[in-house]
Amino acid sequence: MFSLIRSMWLVFLHMFHKRETYQYPEEKAPLPARWRGRIALTRDPDGGERCVGCYLCAAACPVDCISLQATEAPDGRRYPGFFRINFSRCIFCGFCEEACPTYAIQLLPDFEIAEYDRQNLVYEKEDLLINSQGKYPGYNYYRVAGMAIDGKNKGEASKEEPPVDVKSLLP
Amino acid sequence: MNIYIDNKKYEIKEGKNLLEACLQLGLNLPYFCWHPALGSVGACRQCAIKLYKDEDDTKGRLVMGCMEPVRDNVRISLEDPDAKGFREQVIGWLMTNHPHDCAVCDEGGACHLQDMTVMTGHTYRDYRFSKRTYNNQDLGPFLNHEMNRCIQCYRCVRYYKDYAGGKDLDVFAAHNHVYFGRCGNGKLESEFSGNLAEVCPTGVFTDKTLQSHYTRKWDLTYAPSICQGCSLGCNTSAGERYGTLRQIANRYNGDVNGYFLCDRGRYGYEFVNSHQRIYEPAVRPHSNGAVKKEQVVEVVAEKLKKGRVIGIGSPRASLESNFALKQLVGAEHFYIGMSDADHDHTALALKILKEGPARTPSLHEMEHADAVLILGEDLTNTAPLMALAVRQAVRQQPMHETEQTLHLAPWQDAPMREAIQDKKGPLFILHTFPTKLDELATAIHRGAPDNLARIAFALAAKLGADVAPVDDLHDEEKTLVAQMADALLAAKNPLIISGYGSGWDHFMKAAANISWALQQQGRAPMLSFTLPECNSLGLEMLGGHRLDSAIDLMEKGGADTVVVLENDLYRRADEHVIDALFANAKEVILIDHLYNQTAEKATVLLPAGTFAEADGTIVNNEGRAQRFFQVFVPKGSVQESWRWLLQIAEKAQVPRLSSLQNLDDIVWAMCVAVPFFEKVQQIAPHADFRINGQKIPRESHRYSGRTATLANENVSEPKPADDIDTPLSFTMEGFRGEPPAPLIPYFWSPGWNSVQAVNKYQTEIGGHLHGGDPGLRLLEPHLNGRPHYFREAPDRYIPMPGHVHIMPVYSIFGSEELSMHTKGIAQSAQDFFCIYMNPEDMHQWSISPGIWVSFDVDHHSYQMVAVPNHWLPRGIAALNAGLPKSKIIDLPQCVKLSGAEALHATR
Repeated sequence: MFSLIRSMWLVFLHMFHKRETYQYPEEKAPLPARWRGRIALTRDPDGGERCVGCYLCAAACPVDCISLQATEAPDGRRYPGFFRINFSRCIFCGFCEEACPTYAIQLLPDFEIAEYDRQNLVYEKEDLLINSQGKYPGYNYYRVAGMAIDGKNKGEASKEEPPVDVKSLLP
Repeated sequence: MNIYIDNKKYEIKEGKNLLEACLQLGLNLPYFCWHPALGSVGACRQCAIKLYKDEDDTKGRLVMGCMEPVRDNVRISLEDPDAKGFREQVIGWLMTNHPHDCAVCDEGGACHLQDMTVMTGHTYRDYRFSKRTYNNQDLGPFLNHEMNRCIQCYRCVRYYKDYAGGKDLDVFAAHNHVYFGRCGNGKLESEFSGNLAEVCPTGVFTDKTLQSHYTRKWDLTYAPSICQGCSLGCNTSAGERYGTLRQIANRYNGDVNGYFLCDRGRYGYEFVNSHQRIYEPAVRPHSNGAVKKEQVVEVVAEKLKKGRVIGIGSPRASLESNFALKQLVGAEHFYIGMSDADHDHTALALKILKEGPARTPSLHEMEHADAVLILGEDLTNTAPLMALAVRQAVRQQPMHETEQTLHLAPWQDAPMREAIQDKKGPLFILHTFPTKLDELATAIHRGAPDNLARIAFALAAKLGADVAPVDDLHDEEKTLVAQMADALLAAKNPLIISGYGSGWDHFMKAAANISWALQQQGRAPMLSFTLPECNSLGLEMLGGHRLDSAIDLMEKGGADTVVVLENDLYRRADEHVIDALFANAKEVILIDHLYNQTAEKATVLLPAGTFAEADGTIVNNEGRAQRFFQVFVPKGSVQESWRWLLQIAEKAQVPRLSSLQNLDDIVWAMCVAVPFFEKVQQIAPHADFRINGQKIPRESHRYSGRTATLANENVSEPKPADDIDTPLSFTMEGFRGEPPAPLIPYFWSPGWNSVQAVNKYQTEIGGHLHGGDPGLRLLEPHLNGRPHYFREAPDRYIPMPGHVHIMPVYSIFGSEELSMHTKGIAQSAQDFFCIYMNPEDMHQWSISPGIWVSFDVDHHSYQMVAVPNHWLPRGIAALNAGLPKSKIIDLPQCVKLSGAEALHATR
C-alpha cells in the first residue's frame, strides 16, 4: 500500500521535472559525432576525392548494398567511376567505414533519409560525395601511400627516401 | 617414404623437397622465391622449418624447407616456436620497405604477399623509419610496373630469363637497391611476359588490361574456359563483372598449359567487350524497329524451308555449334569454313595422327622430350606455349646428365643451372626464317621450303623410312642429316614438330615419315602438329566439304541460301571469291558475335555468344576435347550459336534436331550421330550434377554488390539467372569445397587468395589436378598399324623467272582474328601491306625497297610495299598472314609479278 502511494508521488513529482522528450521534427536531437547514420564520401584536405575505389567497403558490406567501379585518372589518382549505395538495404552497421583504408566513406550523424519511393533510396556518387573531410580532418592517403600521382612523385610521400639511383654502387 | 611433421607420420614420394612435401600434404608453409615450375633457390628464407636429427633430438636446427630434400624418416616441425618466430621476423624485414598502398594495388585480394603476411601472423608493422622508393618503368600495353612493392624474391627474372628465355628484363644495382626492370622504358619483348603478373608474389607486375576495368578477384564471376587464341587449347579462367569480361587468368592443367599462358591468350579477350559486338538480331532489308528473337527464328526457319540451303561451319565455333549446323542443313550441304590451305593442313594432320603409329603428345609431355626437331615452323608465333615447352625440353638432356653426375635434384634450380651452363639438348630447326628458338638450336638450316623438306625426307630415309631416296643433297646438308639422325636415334622420347606455319604440307609429311621411322626403330617418338585455329581439328573430325566446292556450287546455282556460322568468310578466301559467293546467294544468314565484312553482306544477322557467353567443346591440336563454360549472361538477344540453330530447327521441323533443349542434349545427339566423339559426353559432369545437392558457384563467397549493382535500374533485385546447361550457378550460393577438375572456376583456398592456391588442388605439386586433368583425348595412335609413308619428296626448288612463291608469315600478335580487338595486341601487329622479297630478286627486277609493287593473283591485281628480307631465298616472297585488311588469303601460291612495266610502281 505504501509503495503504491510512493510511486504515485514520484510520478507526480516528475510533472515538475525538465522534459526529456524532444519535440522532433521542430526540435533536433543532438547526436554524437560517431552516430552511424547517412553515409557520405568525403574529400581529402586538398579537395580531392578520398575514395580510391579499393572495393573493401563493398566486400565488408554484409548486405552487399555497395557497388562501385575503380577508375584511374590521367593524373594517377584512382577514383570510383560510379559509386552506388542502396540505402533500402543498408543496415548502418558501419563496417564499410571500418574497412575504408582512406577514411573516404564515413557514417554521419544524420538519419533523415526516409523516402516515400524506395527507388529514391538508391544513392549515386553525386548524392554521396560531400565537400568536407568529415570526421577525420587532415588525412591524405596519397601523402602516405607509395604510389606516384601528379604533384607527388616517388619519394615525396611522408617517410619516404628519394628514389634509388639504380646506377649507383655507393652503399 | 615416410616423413614426420610435428610428430605426425605422413607418406610422400621421393625426389621432392620438404616445402613441396608440406604443401602437397595440405599444410600451410609460407614461401616466396620457390615456384613449382621454377624450382628452389632458397633466396627469401621464408619457408624455414625445424629439422631434427632423430627421435631424441629436441633442439633441432632451422633449415629452409625448399632446399632440403625429402629423406626417409626425416623429422621436421612447422609449428616449432623458433621456426614460427623466424618466419615472422623474415616477413617483417621483407615488409619494411613495402609501401602503404594495398588499396590502390591491383594485386590486392589475390596477393601472395598479403596471404603470407597473414599466415605468419605479422599483422602490424614494427618499422617506423623512412622507406626506400624506386621509379617505375613503362613496360608497354600489357603490364604495369610498381617497383616500390618489390620484396626481392627474384622470381620475375628467374621466370622471364631462365624459364621463358626473355632478354630484356633483369636485375640492376646492388645491395638493398636491387631493381627489377628493363634497361629503359619499353614494351617487354617476350611473348610470355603476361605471366609475370601471376609469377610476381606481390604487385610489382600487374595486368594492365585488367587495370583499365579494374575488379578485385573476389568480385569477378569466373568460369572455367579454354583459350581461343590458337590450337593448343590452354585452360583459362575468364572473369566477368558488370556485363564485361575483365580478366583471363591461367587455369592450371597439368597436361596442357601448366602454370603459364602466352600474351595472346591472356590479353586477347577484349573482343568480348568490343563495340563491334552484335547484340540484337537484324533482318535486311530492315524492318521497322528491332526484331524479336521469336520472330527472327521464324523468319529464318521460313527461309530455310523455301531455299536450297548450304551451311558453312567455322574452326572458331564449338563442336556443338558446328554439329547443330551440319544437322540443320544436312551432312551433304555442310561445308568446312576454312581456307583451302588450312583445310588441307588440318585434314593431313588428322589423317597422320589417326592412322599412323606415332603418338601426339600433350604440352606437358613435350617438356620432357630429349631431342626436338622442328620442321618449317616458327613456334613462338604459331603455337606460343609449345615454344615455351621446347625451351624446357632442351634442358632435359643436360639435366639428366647432371642428375647422374652431381646427384642434383631437378628442383635445385641454381646449382642445376650453374652445372648445366649453356649446355643444351639436341634441337634442330629447319625453317626459312629465323625463329626465337634458334638461339637454343644445335643446328639450324634455312632455305626454300621445298629444299628444307627434302632434307627432312632424306632424314626419314636415313632412319629407315620407306621413301624414295633423296640423293642430290649438298655435303653440308648430308652432314646435317647424319647429325640429326644420330641425335634422334640416341634419344628416348624424340619430339618432331611441324604444322601449318610455313604453308608447305611436305613438312608435315616428312615429320610423319620421320616419327614413324623412329617408331619402327623402337623409339617412342612424339609427333605434334600446330593447327590454325582453336577448333580446327574438331571441325575436321566432324567433317564436311571444302569451301571451294561451296563456291563452285553457288556459281552453278546449286544453292541460294547460305548459313554462315561464326565465320568471317573474307578471312577464308580472296575477297573477289567471297564477293562472288555472296553475289550468287539470295539469302545469307550469319550467326556471329562481331560485326565484320561478312556481316555487311548478311540478310539475316543473329547475335552469337562468344566463348565467355556460351558453353561448348573444342578440340585442340593434340585431339584433346575440352569444355568451356559460359561466364556470364549476355546483354541483348545474344545466345549460343547452337541454341539459335536448335530453335531454328524446331521451327523448321528438322527431325534430326527435334526436342533438343540444352547442352547435354546436343552433346548427346552429337555423340550418337558421330561415334568418334563418344568421349565428349564424359569431359565434364552433366547439368544435373550436384555436390550435397548444390551447384558450383561461379562467384566467390565474398562477391559484393548484389543488392546495388542493378539498383539504379530497379531497386528490387531481379532473380539471378538459371544455368540449365551446366552444374555451375551464376550466383555466390552453392558448394564451397573443391569442385571436380573440369568445373573449377578459379583457384582459391582458405588463406590462399592468390593463384598459388592451385597447390591445394593438385595430387602432387606440378602434377595432375585431383581426379585427373580436365579434357579427354580423342586420338590415340595405331601402335601396331603399318605406316603408309609419304613416298615422294618435293623436287628441288628452282625459282621461276618473273614469278615469286608467296609464303605466309604468321605472328603471335596480328595473325589471329579475335585477339586483334585488344588494343595492345593491335599495336604490336605488323603492317598488312608489306611483301617481303629477296634483295637480289628486287635488284634484278629493279624494285627499290619501300616501293609499291603490283602483281596478279587470279587476274586480280594487288599493290604492296616491297620490303627486302635477306632470309628469303630467291624466288620466294612472304606476306604477313591473317591481318585484318589482308586481301590475299590463299597462301602459299605462285604469282606472276605483272611484267616489267607494271613494276614501276606508283609511289
